[in-house]
Amino acid sequence: MKLDLKKLKLRKVNETLQSIDSKRNNKNYTILNPEGNHAICVGLTDDIDITVKGHVGYYCGGMNQNANITVEGNVGTGVAENMMSGKIHVKGNASQSAGATAHGGFLIIDGDASSRCGISMKGIDIVVKGSVGHMSAFMAQSGNLIVCGNAGEALGDSLYETDIYIKGKVKSLGSDCVEKKMDNKHLKKLEKLLKKAKLEKIKPKDFKRYGSARKLYNFKIDNVSSY
Amino acid sequence: MCGIVGIYLKSKKFEKDLGKMLSGMLVNMESRGPDSAGFAIYKKEKKEEFKYSICINNLVFEKFKKDISKKIKYNSIFKNSDHAILSSKEKPEKVLSILNELKEISLVGYGRSIEIFKQIGNPKDVVKKFNLEKFSGTHAIGHTRMATESAITTDGSHPYSTGSDECLVHNGSLSNHNNLRRDLIKRGINFKSENDTEVAAGYISNHLSNKKNLKETLQSGLCDLDGFYTFITGTKKGFAIVRDEIACKPAVISETKDYVAIASEFQAMAHLPGVNIANIFEPEPGIVYTWGN
Repeated sequence: MKLDLKKLKLRKVNETLQSIDSKRNNKNYTILNPEGNHAICVGLTDDIDITVKGHVGYYCGGMNQNANITVEGNVGTGVAENMMSGKIHVKGNASQSAGATAHGGFLIIDGDASSRCGISMKGIDIVVKGSVGHMSAFMAQSGNLIVCGNAGEALGDSLYETDIYIKGKVKSLGSDCVEKKMDNKHLKKLEKLLKKAKLEKIKPKDFKRYGSARKLYNFKIDNVSSY
Repeated sequence: MCGIVGIYLKSKKFEKDLGKMLSGMLVNMESRGPDSAGFAIYKKEKKEEFKYSICINNLVFEKFKKDISKKIKYNSIFKNSDHAILSSKEKPEKVLSILNELKEISLVGYGRSIEIFKQIGNPKDVVKKFNLEKFSGTHAIGHTRMATESAITTDGSHPYSTGSDECLVHNGSLSNHNNLRRDLIKRGINFKSENDTEVAAGYISNHLSNKKNLKETLQSGLCDLDGFYTFITGTKKGFAIVRDEIACKPAVISETKDYVAIASEFQAMAHLPGVNIANIFEPEPGIVYTWGN
């Protein structure tokens, strides 16, 4: 089924997609003429497949549960923001804060993601085939961020328990983010996630793993005079 | 918030459509700036002539025309809504000193090729009032404003121009503009408003007049201008964008073989010809991108 944003109002398109019963209805939908509109495909709850033909604006696929969304173009700020489950595949580049605060699901970005990718992520798995900008995985709490290219300044600043895997260069690490040993269990997890992103040719051993030094978890009495 | 847009034509193909392209961009950025709008457009220059873009506010055009003819020898004067474009072969210093003394009007810009129009109101109404769709030119810059740190007035609207054929639009806010303004006033730059962006425009004028090129000027601006910003700036032959190092203020660039378009959001350029096959990317923080010279 085709939904043309030149003919239909965005709210109508989102309401249609939000109220589909996938057991009784068509499972495949195509959105035409997105023209950079914001909040396309937000709040979906059912297991349906959607292809967006073109570039979209902010918060595409926000709060997604179960739906499988493919964007054939670039996405603006906050793609997959607060996603709970399901999958979002961006075939172009992503703007800042991709996957912000997302609790679950899978986000694949074929191009680059700019600053703050995975900010405060809480369980989502993010695979970026290109590079990520500064302050990526800032205050990230759980889940995995995998970057096949490079990472910008202050990667993983004030990090909790997200695992970060970077294949290229890291410009600098943020506070409390350190390089960690890559064990077999990490290699296996990475292999599984790369396979899920159809990147079987990329070798897990070429990545470096980063995580929290856990030094910011507790207040140090020695620092009391700083406050 | 605020919306900023700009187009620089790399070939002559779209010169006649420049106004139409920019008009669509401004209208699409209404959501980021509904209280005022403005644009600067660069046209082909006429030898020895300088053009002065003047907001005549509540004056009756015919009366203004009659009065000004007694003070300035001009070649032509056109009315466009509440603005007038006056062309003269007289020395700019002389014309500027006369225009700056007239309290009822505001000089919004001058130069050999630039024309600037800005007004309070919804972008849709503003582009209609100035008939932007009919304009042609080589490059253009526009702004839709959501006022944050100074009043909703024509003087508070962008683009700002503080030098011949220069203009600047800004999304963001500067935190050290009062100090910088004091310093620039000492260096001979005049300001008309309390606005932070006008200070950035003055900073650029000051550096350009000291023989720095646009790229060098904006690179030193990255050290001296404190705050949040994405700037688009134009000169007679040049066009540039820069974002501060934190890069909270958005920007997208679409480049084809015929043009470079810049906007706060992609939706501002979704209507441009061939945009779906353009190279679309986000300018990186702290990097100056320039076209022309």
